[in-house]
Amino acid sequence: MAVQILFNFIIAIIWMFLHDAWNALTFISGYFIGFLFIFALRRFFPTRFYGYTVIAVVKLVFLFISELISSSILVAKQVTRPTINVTPGIFKVHTNLESDWEITLLSSLITLTPGSVVIEIAMEEKVLFIHAMDIPESEALVLKAQEKFERAIMEVTR
Amino acid sequence: MIMNVAIEVIVSIFVLIGTAFSLLSALGFIRLPDVYTRNHAGTKSITLGLLSILIGGFLYFLLTEHYVSIRLILGIVFVFITAPVAGHLICRSAYRSGVKLTETSAKDDLKAVYQDRQNEV
Repeated sequence: MAVQILFNFIIAIIWMFLHDAWNALTFISGYFIGFLFIFALRRFFPTRFYGYTVIAVVKLVFLFISELISSSILVAKQVTRPTINVTPGIFKVHTNLESDWEITLLSSLITLTPGSVVIEIAMEEKVLFIHAMDIPESEALVLKAQEKFERAIMEVTR
Repeated sequence: MIMNVAIEVIVSIFVLIGTAFSLLSALGFIRLPDVYTRNHAGTKSITLGLLSILIGGFLYFLLTEHYVSIRLILGIVFVFITAPVAGHLICRSAYRSGVKLTETSAKDDLKAVYQDRQNEV
């Protein structure tokens, strides 16, 4: 996969040489053309076409942003109430992900879901300890969201 | 002329949303009861506020001066990477140094684990 990205960069730089224009827009158009070349020649590479991974990454980023927006709105609602009436607490969640990268991504995503921050990770048992703003409500939200995140992360890493 | 007005309206909507969220999270810092709940305001609303201010700036330079500002994109990326990590680290170090949860807290699953570890040591 790294080889494909390297090829794509080389094509983009050659494109910049051919145009004799050294700015970001030329680089991006050259990169796009190189992307099409590599897509057309994808069956000659031994590994999976890296575009599929890129699509999975883009999906993950959109998931990130939508979670961030909904959680910010939730925090804003709780903060602007006339009396603050929350029952925070710490609960634990078990995860099926394995590598360091996957768990890092999952905990960043959970930190951005409505009303939850990861406090501690026990790597041996693969348990995340999560601090939630409003226990019954947030716990249900996290458990529901976790499966979605794990699927999206596995699409990228496997 | 109409284009210019449209650009200004779009950019100012982004910047205003960003300002509103930053204000709300500042409010959260003052009103919420303990470190952990304040961290919620610090990691989520501020990230979104900063994100939309930076997007507003990016769109302004792109649409008026046709200039792709890589620096602003990098700013967005780094805020995205660092905000959850910072929130996690602040919470964890607070817990390890023994900051208590507020009295209204419902449950604390982590306490048992820490006590086990201390007994082992």
